Amino acid sequence: MRRLASGGDIDRNRPLTFRFDGRRYQGYAGDTLASALLAAGVDVIGRSFKYHRPRGILSAGVEETNAIVQVTAPFEEPNVRATMLPLVDGLDARSVNCWPGRRFDVGALNGLLAPLIPAGFYYKTFLWRRWDFYARYIRRMAGLGKTPAVAEPGRYERVHHHVDVLIIGAGAAGLAAALAAARSGARTMLLDDGVAPGGQLLSGGAQIDGAGAANWIGAVTAELDGLDNATRLARTVATGVYDHNLVIAVEEAPEQSWVRERLWHIRAARVVLASGAVERPLVFPDNDRPGVMLAGAATAYVKRFAVAPGWRAVYFTNNASAYAGAAALHDAGIEVAAVIDSRADPGAEIELACSRGIEVRTAHAVVGVDGRSRVRRAMVAPLRGGRPAPVDADLLGVSGGFNPLVHLYSHTGARPVYDDRLAAFVPGDMPPTLDVAGAARGIFDTAGVIKDGFRAGADAVHSLGLERPEIDAPPVDDGPSFAIEPLWTVKGGRGKAFVDYQNDVTLDDIALAHRENFRSIEHIKRYTTAGMATDQGKTGNPNVIGAVAELAGATAGETGTTTFRPPYRPVSFGVIGGMERGQLIIPARTTPITAWNKAHGAAMNEAGANFRRPFYYPRPGESMADAVRREALAVRNGVGIYDGTPLGKFELHGRDVPVLLELVYTNRWHDLAVGRGRYGLMLREDGRLLDDGVTFRLDDDRYLMSCGTGAAFTVLTHLERALQTEWRHLKVFVINVSAQWANLCVCGPRAREVLAAVGTDIDLSPTFRFMDFRRGRVAGVEARVARVSYTGELSFEVNVRRRHAREVWEALMAAGAAWDITPIGSETSGVLRIEKGFVAPGIEGDNITNADDAGMSWIVDMSKKDFIGRRSLERDRKLGGERQHVVGLLPDDPAFVVAEGSALLQSGDHADTPNFQGHVTASCFSPTLDRPIALALLKNGHHRHGERVVVSGLQRTVGAEVTRPVFYDPTGARMRA
Amino acid sequence: MKRFSFFALARNALTGHRNWAQMWRSPEPRREYDAVIIGGGGHGLGTAYYLARNHGMSNVAVFEKGWLGGGNTGRNTMTVRSNFLREESVPFHEKSLDLYQGLSRELNFNLMVSERGMITFIQSSAVNRIALQMANTMHIYGAEYRMIGLDEVRRRIPIFDPSPDMRLPITGAVYQPRASMVRHDAVAWGFARGADARGVDIIQNCEVTGIRRDGGRITGVETNRGFIATPRVGMAVAGHGSVVAAMAGIRLPIVTQPLQAWVSEPIKPILDEIVVIRSYYGTYLMQSDKGEIVIGQGCDPYPSYAQRGTFPIIEDATTAMLEVFPRFRRLRLLRHWAGMLDMPYDGSPIISRTDVPGFYVDVAGSGGFKTTPAAAYTFAHLIARDEPHPLAARLGLDRFSSGRLVQEGGVSANR
Amino acid sequence: MLLIPCPWCGACNENEFICGGESDRKRPTDPAAVDDKTWTDYLYNSTNHKGMTGEWWWHVHGCGKWFTIRRDTVTHCIESAPGDQT
Repeated sequence: MRRLASGGDIDRNRPLTFRFDGRRYQGYAGDTLASALLAAGVDVIGRSFKYHRPRGILSAGVEETNAIVQVTAPFEEPNVRATMLPLVDGLDARSVNCWPGRRFDVGALNGLLAPLIPAGFYYKTFLWRRWDFYARYIRRMAGLGKTPAVAEPGRYERVHHHVDVLIIGAGAAGLAAALAAARSGARTMLLDDGVAPGGQLLSGGAQIDGAGAANWIGAVTAELDGLDNATRLARTVATGVYDHNLVIAVEEAPEQSWVRERLWHIRAARVVLASGAVERPLVFPDNDRPGVMLAGAATAYVKRFAVAPGWRAVYFTNNASAYAGAAALHDAGIEVAAVIDSRADPGAEIELACSRGIEVRTAHAVVGVDGRSRVRRAMVAPLRGGRPAPVDADLLGVSGGFNPLVHLYSHTGARPVYDDRLAAFVPGDMPPTLDVAGAARGIFDTAGVIKDGFRAGADAVHSLGLERPEIDAPPVDDGPSFAIEPLWTVKGGRGKAFVDYQNDVTLDDIALAHRENFRSIEHIKRYTTAGMATDQGKTGNPNVIGAVAELAGATAGETGTTTFRPPYRPVSFGVIGGMERGQLIIPARTTPITAWNKAHGAAMNEAGANFRRPFYYPRPGESMADAVRREALAVRNGVGIYDGTPLGKFELHGRDVPVLLELVYTNRWHDLAVGRGRYGLMLREDGRLLDDGVTFRLDDDRYLMSCGTGAAFTVLTHLERALQTEWRHLKVFVINVSAQWANLCVCGPRAREVLAAVGTDIDLSPTFRFMDFRRGRVAGVEARVARVSYTGELSFEVNVRRRHAREVWEALMAAGAAWDITPIGSETSGVLRIEKGFVAPGIEGDNITNADDAGMSWIVDMSKKDFIGRRSLERDRKLGGERQHVVGLLPDDPAFVVAEGSALLQSGDHADTPNFQGHVTASCFSPTLDRPIALALLKNGHHRHGERVVVSGLQRTVGAEVTRPVFYDPTGARMRA
Repeated sequence: MKRFSFFALARNALTGHRNWAQMWRSPEPRREYDAVIIGGGGHGLGTAYYLARNHGMSNVAVFEKGWLGGGNTGRNTMTVRSNFLREESVPFHEKSLDLYQGLSRELNFNLMVSERGMITFIQSSAVNRIALQMANTMHIYGAEYRMIGLDEVRRRIPIFDPSPDMRLPITGAVYQPRASMVRHDAVAWGFARGADARGVDIIQNCEVTGIRRDGGRITGVETNRGFIATPRVGMAVAGHGSVVAAMAGIRLPIVTQPLQAWVSEPIKPILDEIVVIRSYYGTYLMQSDKGEIVIGQGCDPYPSYAQRGTFPIIEDATTAMLEVFPRFRRLRLLRHWAGMLDMPYDGSPIISRTDVPGFYVDVAGSGGFKTTPAAAYTFAHLIARDEPHPLAARLGLDRFSSGRLVQEGGVSANR
Repeated sequence: MLLIPCPWCGACNENEFICGGESDRKRPTDPAAVDDKTWTDYLYNSTNHKGMTGEWWWHVHGCGKWFTIRRDTVTHCIESAPGDQT
């Protein structure tokens, strides 16, 4: 057991049991999985991915790169950092990358192959057979944990929040900044990824205001919690800063909430980044052995979790900070054998060691480690060369300096710069609305950090026009000041010296990449994969840069750093997906008739603009083909009804509506009489079909435009763009009334009888002409009735207020019963459309077809001086040449409906001699003609009526005759009846 | 060029890998070249490679502003496929697949071409119709694209587990067996090594700042390494097409937009195929050889040269992914980034002469990575002979003056 | 997520808007009078400027107004152009 008898922030009255690799252990509330495993004496947590070397715990925080586990209870989750996982009762975790177990692992044989698998080896071999052959085996080695076996059922939510000042990190700098901002009255928010605020203060030895740091932390948080304008979130990680200061943050297991995690979208006027710094290891042979731990982490385990990470420690450092750690361990009763300092001349910090009788060896380095699954001895040699001497130890605390966590600063596009004095990358130019404070800015002494926090908080509120608060920084008694002399690599020795633990990247790999002329740091990263593991190189990146700099004879600053990409810490997809599940993803739009349709057994289908509509209405025992045939024949011979509510409907008001219509439609509009409607074709400016529809003139300066369901938004955009950007002088308002009016369409030769039977004051006699519009009452409610036809039959479109629609629909159904009124679905409408050869801009349109290609030249009035699309159509006509035209097809086989999307080939060709002629756009069995028919786009089709083509489908190839694209009632007499 | 092989690897293992040669030289630029390629990504390096290999032109330089493959070559999602709609597109993309299949051996550099296959879910009848049209057109050009049922989907993707109340139920899928994943960086490096071995000068950290013309003709380029004379300039600068073209006084039918991609933390192999969900929005995912789930969706909805994207795209795509793969809820987003697409008006590549004699443009569009070898192959042909390669004959700028666009699906062109 | 300064509603998230493209792209007053080259340029080509660019935005899920802003396509910094509003 390595649990210390006293101390720590753990609750010894709340023991918790957990399992690791099947074995039961005990820890305490307040532990992390890492601290509990350390306390239990578990040294090896898992194996590395390439060489399968045993790995232990390196850190005590988010930067952990070794101790990655698969959690299986309370819910399964791969790739969890043991250092960030609060211990809960019943927690069950397993090691990764090893089989059969972490202590004996067959994969460790890879270690023997190491000479054959240097960085990028896979680019140089596996060329004999196709890569797929090798990939099957190689892929298995990659990856860490496993995808959970079942979907995790937890809930997630997303919150949007606005603040004046957002402070990220509740260490000394963040607390000070938050206090300054909140006292000024600004809406302030403080995020911290820990369970408790304080950051490094929690394990440091600083005295603030004459007392332990805990008092100061308590006082500041109490004041913040008492202010209405301040919000404080724990276990919340800001993962990215996006445009215009949108910060994405993830709150884990919010208290008193049913959600697993909460995703915050925080829009902050000012952001203060007080994310601190992480320690980095030193690069020396076998620097990955379990028992090698960051110096600060060792202190944290002792002070916060009352765990001795070892009983005999050696420290290896190139800077002043490790001495405080050595002193802390010593004071906790852990033997500290020596501090190995690569510097020749340490400063005052050396007193911390000397005063405790700890040996200090200056200008020395650790050049190797004995012990495979646990450090046994550190091999220590003078830096300038000399025989290594062993020092017994089971813990090797290392400190290679500190990396300010500038990730979120970098997300804004700003570039960190190298600071020689600190041997670290620190923020350079500040973006206008984001500031960095404390250790993240390269300030490493507590007094300076607190002062900088106050400064940043005050600057933020000042830049928002508020008074700078008056705050006196408390007196701080801290250890010796920070000093460092970089030691990027320790050469010599036989073992592998790792610069990236998780991806198993060694100094030799970096040297190889350099030798092969990969010079950019980005190339080195990509070729060796250094910094691309799940820790994203938080600890190791500067060591890679330092190693490259040494090889290139350059400084670390000249070598430069790679881009930090969000997120700062991995984020579960569960929380990113949030609440949008199932039907909530794209809520379906309904009409007043949707419920009736479902109750009457309609097969529903996606109909554009997120509407679902009846596809057809099968009767018991009917196939789809049967139902469609019955519905189509009802419309042709009797009467049908459909719910046209999803159509786009726009009221156009204003004196210039006719001018707008002349612009957006290809035909003439200024002569449209009140009460009359006209069919219009809308083109894009490039001459391609945009949409078609009918527009009625309701009054002198009021028009009602209808358009296709799927095209409604495009049409609205088209109109508004025209009115608000190019033709801003036009006095027209566009009012989208799609949702206000329901549209019930009664169609077929008996439509007039049904309407009469349901009761209406509108004169239905032939004076009510095709394309007429009348107001009146239908089935007792106010209605607008229009004679338009999308089926080719006599038809009346009954528009009523949405709230009356269901009642009118049922009245029409009841009144129509005498004529066996038949509700029809969109598949049937499609059949009726194909029979009539009505071009659908969204189908035959094809983004290439112009008005002429569609056979719609009849509605294009080129004598108009201008309309949208005219100039392009003129160009197309002038250039001539081969274009694809809409044609009809009569397939030879009377029983085979050719597949939509089938390709058309020159007659006599086969599929293996490519001579692409076009494709089938719409196809059906026509109940009216009792044979299959189709519409198609065919090269030069207008001039090929009567010719034969081959219809090449995936299932079958058949011949077909090219015809006019109108199969039924070519004069349109029936719809005008 | 010293050849790579397992034996070379074993031999070098004995000497501690101290004797490997440089992958490419870092030469000083000459004062004059027969042709200059602007842009050291896959397209530019590939073009230089094919100029030397197919057309005997080795007095060629590639100028790269930053580092090789640092633009979209290093930012894409590694998918190559040929499921396209138009008769002009399919053979062009098929050519790219053909070339990719042979490139690892030809370049003696493992591009890790992995024929995983692509499964596109069908979630509406409109998608079904387009898929059928693609399948039939592709069939004519010998490309397999077939409809598969849910049984086969389940067999191929054991983790397929769509939510029962899915808003757009999956009724089936289309499958392109030949769609592949290719290690993206390796494409740039392999072409660079191959071009260098054939005498091409690859100059990194060399920014072209101007294009000099005399009487309309190209005479050379201004760079931060001085003026370099050349009669022929090929532009292959995904994400900066308008900027470079403007140096030659040309406006292009493109808009530069961010296209994002992201990866999960690595997990053990669980997904072999490349999967497209809700193809209206084009959410796609696959698992890399490293174990990361690689995910992407459509472009961000506004022009930008910032290599970063907007978070809602990731949220939106994640909902789509989790609907089909709910077991991915506890996987984590590791890293996200954006490339910049030069999006042509019709969505198809532009490989073309311009109004400035001697200035040629290659605009990759949305599918730059998948077209890399075919674009490079045909672009080299165009530069060497001043006439388009038949496979790219319809991909010239003249399609805009004639209005005969090569409109691919899912591209909103009504600007 | 950009914050777009709608002159009528104030700054709102970008997903309430649709970007309407370059604001200096003007339709020829008389399309019939321009030659094919000019028309082609208007129809398809963009300046696609890298840097400060004038562009249209439509507050489609807000007030419904189109307006112009100046936005840097590299930094995404936005200056609104109040002189150009309706």
